[in-house]
Amino acid sequence: MKTKVLIALLAVSAGAATMVPMSVQVRSGKVYPKPSYLGTVIATVEYGAQVQAGTLEKGWYPVTTADGKSGWLHESALSKKRIVMRAGTTDVGTGVSSDEVALAGKGFNAQVEAKLRQEGKLDYTWVDRMSEMKVEMDAVAQFLTQGHLAGGAQ
Amino acid sequence: MKTKRTRRASLMMAGAVVVGSLWWAGAGWARPEGLSGLGDLLSRKNKGLSEDRWKSILRGAQAVQKTWQDLTPEQEYYIGRAVAAQVFQTYRPLDQAGANAYLNLLGQALAVFSARPETFGGYHFLLLDSDEINAFAAPGGLILVTRGMVRCCENEDELAAVVAHEICHVEKKHGLSAIKQGRLTEAFTIIAAESAKQTGNDQLAALTREFEGSVGDVVKTLTTSGYSQGQEREADTAAVRLLRRAGYPEQAMITMLQRMDERLTHARGLGFAKTHPSARSRANALLKTIEDTRSKANPVRAKRFSAAMQPVVASR
Repeated sequence: MKTKVLIALLAVSAGAATMVPMSVQVRSGKVYPKPSYLGTVIATVEYGAQVQAGTLEKGWYPVTTADGKSGWLHESALSKKRIVMRAGTTDVGTGVSSDEVALAGKGFNAQVEAKLRQEGKLDYTWVDRMSEMKVEMDAVAQFLTQGHLAGGAQ
Repeated sequence: MKTKRTRRASLMMAGAVVVGSLWWAGAGWARPEGLSGLGDLLSRKNKGLSEDRWKSILRGAQAVQKTWQDLTPEQEYYIGRAVAAQVFQTYRPLDQAGANAYLNLLGQALAVFSARPETFGGYHFLLLDSDEINAFAAPGGLILVTRGMVRCCENEDELAAVVAHEICHVEKKHGLSAIKQGRLTEAFTIIAAESAKQTGNDQLAALTREFEGSVGDVVKTLTTSGYSQGQEREADTAAVRLLRRAGYPEQAMITMLQRMDERLTHARGLGFAKTHPSARSRANALLKTIEDTRSKANPVRAKRFSAAMQPVVASR
């Protein structure tokens, strides 16, 4: 009996060991119940948030969010680097490598864009307008189905 | 125990190591002014900071970023926005809500099948009010297609081929690769310095200068010099795969390129012809990668393409 319990515990710990922390590297990451965009979003994770990620399967990671919700996030929304959100809280000065950390809001950022806007060098009116053109995934699914295109998007 | 002078000399040597590693990281791209810029920054800023701060900065410069491949999706997003804004200085957007909504549906339907369906700010698509045969992909996923390019497309499948090609430029980050290494070296050093202290006005001004230069490099490549032939062919090949995954006929890429070749024969040296290898040579190169050569015309796709794009091709 003890042996069975030990084996079960080892199996659980081996499973847990495959979960690694990853950071959301897009403004708003969406967690889906299956590895597909054609489903109801079950959680939204913000830029820089950490999730626990399992083994990559065809471009999707099984993830668990900080508040315990489980689902799938596409690999392009995640980074193995820890994303450090604020100046002054970074480990960069202590010699961590670029493989481990990325700085959020540093460098070419909103502050630089604001300066260009302020100086009147670039007009962002149409950039903002096109960025507001949003397409719901339901509409994409309908577009694909009606056009006899691929049935299940990823 | 080291003296203060010895420690300072060690720091400067560490700086030289940083310069060396940055040079090698950007072999083939590095510009001398980028390297001297780092030296300037080291000597200029050394006055106001303690040695511990400088150690931190130098370690930061080694640690954070070196080449365009190290630009974060967030940085790519801001570069892409500025690139699009600059393109709009030359090309006027086409303010046709229905056509733009259709283009966005088509674009998103393709993007979900790409190897990089998610970027920091997502993919967005817009038509340009220009008869020039052209399309642009700003880093991060802002994709612009001219009315002239739409006229080259006989159906949705061929427009999908154009959009898929542009999505693949975003996926492969071809736009970012156009940024001169010298600018990035300078910018990354400023960013590393930022991590040791708050951004000052001087740093913001210097960073904005490098940002403008970087945006200029990308815009010049998109509108004037063009990507390398290798990058264009890479985008073509990836686009065929993308069309296949999305369920569009791969052959649409060939027919679109052939039609473009016919039209560009009359417009040599303008727009797309100026920035891309010849459409005929691209079509020939792709023939080997096409698995299914059937065109698979579809009445639903034909109808919705016509409904959305007829006002666009008919205008002017």
